[in-house]
Amino acid sequence: MTPILRRLVAAATLSVTALCAQPVAAADTIKIAYIDPFSGPFASGGDEFLKIFKVLFDRINAKGGVLGKQLEIVPFDSKLQPAEALIALKSVTDQNIPFVMHCTGSNVGAALIDGVAKHNARNPDNRVIYLNCGALATELTNEKCDFWQFRFAGSVEMRAATRIRSLPKEITKVYLLNQDYLFGQSVQADTKKWLAALRPDIQIVGDELMPFGKVQDFSSYVTKIKASGAQSIVTGNYNRDLNLLIKAAVDDGLNIRFDTYLAHLIGGPTAIGATGEGRLTSIMEFSGNVPVDLKVPEAEKFVTDWREHHNTDFSTLNFMTMLDMLTQAITKAGGTDPLKVALALEGMQVKDFVGQDNTMRKDDHQLLMPYYAGVFTKDVKYDSEKTGFGWKTQYSASAADLTLPTTCKMKRPAS
Amino acid sequence: MTRSGNGARWIWVFAVALALAVPWAFHNFQTGRDSGFVLSMLSQMGMMVILSLSYNMLLGQAGLFSLCHATFFGIGGYATVHFLNAAGAGSLPLPMEVIPLLSGLTGLGLALIFGYMATKQRATAFAMITMGIGELMATAALMFHSFFGGEGGVTTNRMIDHSLFGLTYASGMQVYYLILVWTLICAGSMYFLTQTPLGRMANATRDNYERAQFMGYDPRVVRFLQFSLSGLFAGVGGGLYAITYEIVTFDALAAPLSANALLMAYIGGTTVFGGPILGAVLITLLQSGVSLLSNSWLVYVGVLFISMVMFAPAGLSGLIIAHGPIAAAGRLRRLTVPYLRLVVPFLALVLGFVGLVELMSFLTIGAAQGKKLVLFGSAINIEATQPWLISVVCLLGGGAWLRWEARAFHRVWESLTADLKQRDRV
Amino acid sequence: MEIFVISLLNGLVYGMLLFMLASGLTLIFSMMGVLNFAHASIYMIGAYLAFQVSRVVGFFPALIIAPLLCGAIGAAIEIWGLRKVHHNGHIAELLFTFGLVFIVQRGVQMTWGMLPMPYRVPALLDFPLFQIYGANFPAYRAFMLLISGGMLLSTWLLLKKTRVGLIIQAALTHPNMVSALGHNVPMVFTTVFAGGCLLAGLAGVIGGNYQTTEPGMAEAMGPIVFVVVVFGGLGSLAGCFIASILMGMIQTFAVVIDYSVADLLRPLGLALKADNLLMEVLTVPIARIGALLPFAMMILILLFRPRGLMGTRDT
Repeated sequence: MTPILRRLVAAATLSVTALCAQPVAAADTIKIAYIDPFSGPFASGGDEFLKIFKVLFDRINAKGGVLGKQLEIVPFDSKLQPAEALIALKSVTDQNIPFVMHCTGSNVGAALIDGVAKHNARNPDNRVIYLNCGALATELTNEKCDFWQFRFAGSVEMRAATRIRSLPKEITKVYLLNQDYLFGQSVQADTKKWLAALRPDIQIVGDELMPFGKVQDFSSYVTKIKASGAQSIVTGNYNRDLNLLIKAAVDDGLNIRFDTYLAHLIGGPTAIGATGEGRLTSIMEFSGNVPVDLKVPEAEKFVTDWREHHNTDFSTLNFMTMLDMLTQAITKAGGTDPLKVALALEGMQVKDFVGQDNTMRKDDHQLLMPYYAGVFTKDVKYDSEKTGFGWKTQYSASAADLTLPTTCKMKRPAS
Repeated sequence: MTRSGNGARWIWVFAVALALAVPWAFHNFQTGRDSGFVLSMLSQMGMMVILSLSYNMLLGQAGLFSLCHATFFGIGGYATVHFLNAAGAGSLPLPMEVIPLLSGLTGLGLALIFGYMATKQRATAFAMITMGIGELMATAALMFHSFFGGEGGVTTNRMIDHSLFGLTYASGMQVYYLILVWTLICAGSMYFLTQTPLGRMANATRDNYERAQFMGYDPRVVRFLQFSLSGLFAGVGGGLYAITYEIVTFDALAAPLSANALLMAYIGGTTVFGGPILGAVLITLLQSGVSLLSNSWLVYVGVLFISMVMFAPAGLSGLIIAHGPIAAAGRLRRLTVPYLRLVVPFLALVLGFVGLVELMSFLTIGAAQGKKLVLFGSAINIEATQPWLISVVCLLGGGAWLRWEARAFHRVWESLTADLKQRDRV
Repeated sequence: MEIFVISLLNGLVYGMLLFMLASGLTLIFSMMGVLNFAHASIYMIGAYLAFQVSRVVGFFPALIIAPLLCGAIGAAIEIWGLRKVHHNGHIAELLFTFGLVFIVQRGVQMTWGMLPMPYRVPALLDFPLFQIYGANFPAYRAFMLLISGGMLLSTWLLLKKTRVGLIIQAALTHPNMVSALGHNVPMVFTTVFAGGCLLAGLAGVIGGNYQTTEPGMAEAMGPIVFVVVVFGGLGSLAGCFIASILMGMIQTFAVVIDYSVADLLRPLGLALKADNLLMEVLTVPIARIGALLPFAMMILILLFRPRGLMGTRDT
């Protein structure tokens, strides 16, 4: 209701503690700020990620932390609004927290890249590193790339490449339907680009943008899709915009594949349920069945432990890789000085916890990582959100497969 | 501020002095660093004061219920980003200090267009037209990328290197003082406007639309002027917003901000000029305060708003003003005991309500977030019946008791005012 | 042609859903002069209650119980809320319902959480009723038409054939006169308000599983319902009906139209590129601005015909 005032909120938490307790606690822990929506319509995503981060931080701390210090996550509410995230950033720098994580919303991501760059230029004694764990728009590591941003999630382009490669051969006609905003437009452009490059045999029979979160009744879209004769809807839609679309298509008896980018997000499997069986696919960083396929028992044990304690799935393997790289970089830099840590992160190579290669490319600070295309089916060992259906890996793209060219011209700080 | 007595004048002087001094209270003199959070909050208050005061030009002074006030705030913000970008590129040779004036003029321009349409009607039809305008603009802002930049918004750099006083505006402190100066200019001009024939006629058309017409004024022209001028000030507010955050996104002109302007103006009090200022400052503080303690701040703000509508339609400042005559007669002391008697049942009622709301929200949302309910420093088991029972008893008991005490209070109040009236007559 | 027929059917279903919501609001608005901002919130409560009740006793009993509960909530709001602020004028009443929106919004989130509820169409109605040009027409949509049609008929009968209906009708057009004739106007107000909320609740029950039951549903539905009511005109159920169907049709048909103003100009030899704001406005296809059309239409009709399509008094 009151976005502008609200943005102060998360910030207030910290400043109050900062004002009272700054000298006491600072030395004991390494603080990492986490900016994401914790209120409003997208709060469920932020809450879920926060829960995941807490588990991952506990894992690291249980092993003795980093340089003998414990890691501490400090959440701030972005309400999915750029200006609000910038206020949170002010509080972060007030507190001398050297690292900021943010995982939801390319619009917020773009604002944070800009805000962090300006802040670091104006305050060289109080810099921060922006760890992007989910702002996906391709341009963020291309035209808009910045030295202080490290992206630990595949860009839309990487996902699009995986998406197109995983489309079965028999598909010749697709319909593109996307949300009319930064992410949706990015999906639209990259899908078309990679369709042309990899599958020239596929004809795009429809290409449409729909208002984001505003459509009440998708049956007219379904009618259009049906008339176009498409075999598959390729869509970056998620949450309500995806659920309603699938519901309307099923109601109309439209027998079509849904090749999505984000159907696996929290709440998606529950809302879609049995109607998606065998024809809903999604592009994922991880699913519970990946360790089964790759035969990594430790990772599978993590999945079973997770399932015992949570109703939702663990799918954000890239968070784990990010924290792994960050702790290694801090160790290498011998402290939390942002410039040293940033230089240590550049070009870093690690194996993720299912044993796959991951590289932080120096040119654009994009993590090169594997992606998996899964289909929603009963035929899996681990189901999703207790629906009885889970994601079965159909295609996997390695980091090497997804090493795509970048247009980034990065400016590096002098000192 | 209806009567500019000595007391009122001192309140204004005090408020300005406070606004000048507060950032230094949070300045760390050892490191020479400002508190970015305090500065942002104060800057925010400045913009919100302008926004709520200009909203009150419609709601309080002209009786117009507008639902698109943020449109002008937002357009001022967007325009300012483009002005700053032009200034940074050297194609707009203007110093930073006058750029908010340009934002205001942009707001005025748009308000002239939309005002021409909306002010054809009054009352509910006016509210509906403004709702439509607000929705149109918010959707358009997401759709047209060349000016609004889509949902990513447009960014700028406020260090345009052109200032009347040689300032760089790199630090939040300099920006805050710029905002403060502009807030004072705007508040001053809006106060001045209430004293002009236009301001008086706005009141007249609000109170008795037909009589105003008989006096030979066209109420539509009055509404139109009032609407346009309020757009001017809202635009200045938006300009300051753009300068502070260096990014403007569509939420600067979306419906929630319009609702916010309404809440601030109404809770502060629409009948007194200073009311919206009180509302803006208080709500900025309250919402940041409440929302860091609780997830359910929206319920509390909603309930506060509804109770104001039901029990104190003149707002907080109205409540304070109502004590004026009693204080002037030196009888304020007679209210002390009745007030004290209200405190305990009121606290019980609030405790019960807060308890129930928090228990409820922790049962569903909190549990999903894996949080623990901590009230008054101790963890509470939300599964047990005891806290629920206590809350219900507090809520019902406190409510009944408060009702009873409120009647007693009312009697004292009535007798006091009756006394005063009699004395006046004598 | 096939797109036309199917869109017509879908527009009708959506329009009738809108009408269920809007008819209650129009009665309340015409009689009390209060545009109830919380009307869509009641719609949301209806959907959530229906979900909760249907888990215990099944969908069809919920179809009756949930609207009744919503009616009771409406009555409570009128008696303990609106009536108290009535003497402070219309703006105060408007603001009161405005505040309710926030409370209901958060209250629903507090009770049911943030995620969508698995409220689904009952198995009994979950089959394709008939095929048209190869597309299924689900039985549930026919059921929605049936319910809303039945509601339209019974409201009409109630208003035209009963004594209460006559008083309500009279109060719609001449509220002061009715009160002068000695009728208990507050009682009529409560009845109408509760009745309107009951209809909104009913719309929630059948709309909740047609769309999704989630905390954002009130926000998504609210503004469009106002548009319908204002567009249709004060005191006119017929106008409200036409406006509902019209808005339903506009929203479904706009999606199908892929042309923009620039496409119209192209035959004239004008080629436009979307490189500045004005050009962008002209090159946007209708399908993308479908959501804007109702608001634009509302503004236009208020400017030129403030009483709405078939209204009897100015708004």
